[in-house]
Amino acid sequence: MNIQDAQIGLGGIQFFGKMAASISHEIKNVLAIINENAGLLEDICFMAERGRPIDPARLKKLSGSVKDQIRRADHIMTSMNRFAHSVDEASVSIDVSEVAELLVSLSARFIAMRGVVLAVGKPAGPVAITTFPFALLNLLWLCLDYAMAVVGPGKTIELFAEKTGDGAWFRFGKLEDMAADAAPLFPAERETALGQALHAQILRDPVASEIRVFLAQSRDA
Amino acid sequence: MKVLLVDDEEELVTALAERLSLRGIEALWATSAEDALRFLETRSFDLAVLDVKIPKIDGLQLKKRMQNMRPSMKFIFVTGHGSDRDFQTGVSEVGADYYLVKPLKIEDLIVKMKEVLEG
Repeated sequence: MNIQDAQIGLGGIQFFGKMAASISHEIKNVLAIINENAGLLEDICFMAERGRPIDPARLKKLSGSVKDQIRRADHIMTSMNRFAHSVDEASVSIDVSEVAELLVSLSARFIAMRGVVLAVGKPAGPVAITTFPFALLNLLWLCLDYAMAVVGPGKTIELFAEKTGDGAWFRFGKLEDMAADAAPLFPAERETALGQALHAQILRDPVASEIRVFLAQSRDA
Repeated sequence: MKVLLVDDEEELVTALAERLSLRGIEALWATSAEDALRFLETRSFDLAVLDVKIPKIDGLQLKKRMQNMRPSMKFIFVTGHGSDRDFQTGVSEVGADYYLVKPLKIEDLIVKMKEVLEG
């Protein structure tokens, strides 16, 4: 069994399925909007055939909306493609900002559904780490899922990707209720297993109201 | 017929509301559960078309709260679920007979609206 097989497992397949289902839902919404705009254009043509003048500004607005949705779908599919390829190599150099960006893009619908705001901070320059991107994304998603469960709707979570001496942190902050009795267990079995496989340190800090995931620049470090 | 459309995709509900209005159906829209409930404080509707997945609250919970405010109001659920299995799961989750999958055909929606109100 190679390292990808060992780290993906059932939990990884479930993670992949969850993200794929969310993305398909997003694409359905895009198609639904394009469908309604196309329908509206048909309605406008129908009325024009019966003598009602066409307002060019109205048509421009509708075509602009279709273009916006195509851009949105393109962004969603680009993220899906990057996510799909995250399983390709067990050890690859990747920029932490790219990882954070992809996580945010994949999680956008979940974040919106939970009514949470995610404030993302990135390092000023590139910070490369060598890791298995899929397993890292899975671990960060579990951190974000925990963070959303802890803060509840209407709250802001901070996500910072930062350079440290010999690696990088991903820090989820403003988790003010993480010390509450009702807060879910963290890190649970899957997070711990992923942390070990990635040689990552997962720190839960109720005093600072944050969780941090530290990764060395290279997995051999 | 007075209809309230609830979906967090603003472009979707505005276009749909306009298309329904062109067909003689008075349609207002809300992009959040809070806005939908606020509408019900001052207005009455025959029917609501609800997205199953709305931020902060699911469609079933919203339906219950709306029904408490307007007991005679009818509901149609709309979902972006892609597969037949998801569709069936969704139906059992919300306990609804009236369930449409995005993208919608406006003719199907109007037929369903009439069925719901006549039934």
